[in-house]
Amino acid sequence: MKYIEPHAHMVSRVTDDYQRMALAGCEAICEPAFWAGFDRSSPAGFYDYFCQLTEHEPKRAAKFGIAHFSWLCINPKEAEDVEFAKDVIALIPQFINRSNVLGIGEIGLNKNSRNEMKVLEMHVDLAARYNQLILVHTPHLEDKLKGTRLILDVMKSDKRIKPERVIIDHVEEHTVKLVLDRGHWAGMTLYPETKCTPARAIDILDTYGHERLWMNSACDWGISDPLAVPKTALEMKRRGHRAAAIERVIFHNPRKFLAQSPKFKLPAA
Amino acid sequence: MTREQVLDLYFLDARGKLIEIAAFLDRVERATGKEDFRAKAFRKAVRELGGKKPQRAEKVLRVLSDPTTKPIPAATTKAACGAWPRPT
Repeated sequence: MKYIEPHAHMVSRVTDDYQRMALAGCEAICEPAFWAGFDRSSPAGFYDYFCQLTEHEPKRAAKFGIAHFSWLCINPKEAEDVEFAKDVIALIPQFINRSNVLGIGEIGLNKNSRNEMKVLEMHVDLAARYNQLILVHTPHLEDKLKGTRLILDVMKSDKRIKPERVIIDHVEEHTVKLVLDRGHWAGMTLYPETKCTPARAIDILDTYGHERLWMNSACDWGISDPLAVPKTALEMKRRGHRAAAIERVIFHNPRKFLAQSPKFKLPAA
Repeated sequence: MTREQVLDLYFLDARGKLIEIAAFLDRVERATGKEDFRAKAFRKAVRELGGKKPQRAEKVLRVLSDPTTKPIPAATTKAACGAWPRPT
């Protein structure tokens, strides 16, 4: 069964994962810029990272017939230092026209601080000025509900932003309706312990329908599963979902959102 | 799906998790020292499971969430702990 992995941090994964994902039917991987598990000491660290996302990683994926796309930003976990963030954001325009860059992401909030809000607004402004899609990270655990509300207000207050060009990721039962009601896309992250399990993600689909929803593994350097999307597809099958409905969620929905960028093209069949 | 089908698919898994929760609460009780806001929040969230009210998952998540609306002055940590330390 073909699928798109719309959120994976492949720089943190071994090559075997590309092979396993290809075997499972993965046609494209989208990789948002994120926190490396430690703070970079200079903007030059981000320059190298953006090169990795736009030059090196697509080549690794291509060896397995998988298209690789990326999103650029300074992630919210490193956004407390606003001056540092400004320097990193200033690097992004020189990468934005690269062939695999889909937009600005994963921006958002982590601890819902004032400085994180400032940096979020700077990213949203950048996306608006360069007419880019936006991928938003919502905070973890107890911070998610408040952070999601704050993020939604930032999006609403910038009149240049079209809701349908923004995906708000890592939604759970208490935030998914807030996101969909504002006209945005919502991403469900299948992640052990935090975020959604396959069963809960399917519950959300059963409750809210299949419109403007996608699923991703967000596999990274933590305990996570690059095959979480196809495993959830299997769970959908066990629960009686039809093949067309499964394919819609794991392939057609992400393709519909991502194809709003003219750069999103899948390998020829 | 019928209720029976749901039970066939998920009962044993849920049963296992339920016992894990019970054992966790026993473990906290057996341990020494004071418990903190996380245990209180957990017990409050467990109460949401009782009865026949729908949207239990959403209610549990809300109980464990920060209910405030304004940004905090500064982030002093990157980590989240899973429950909101309600000011006393």
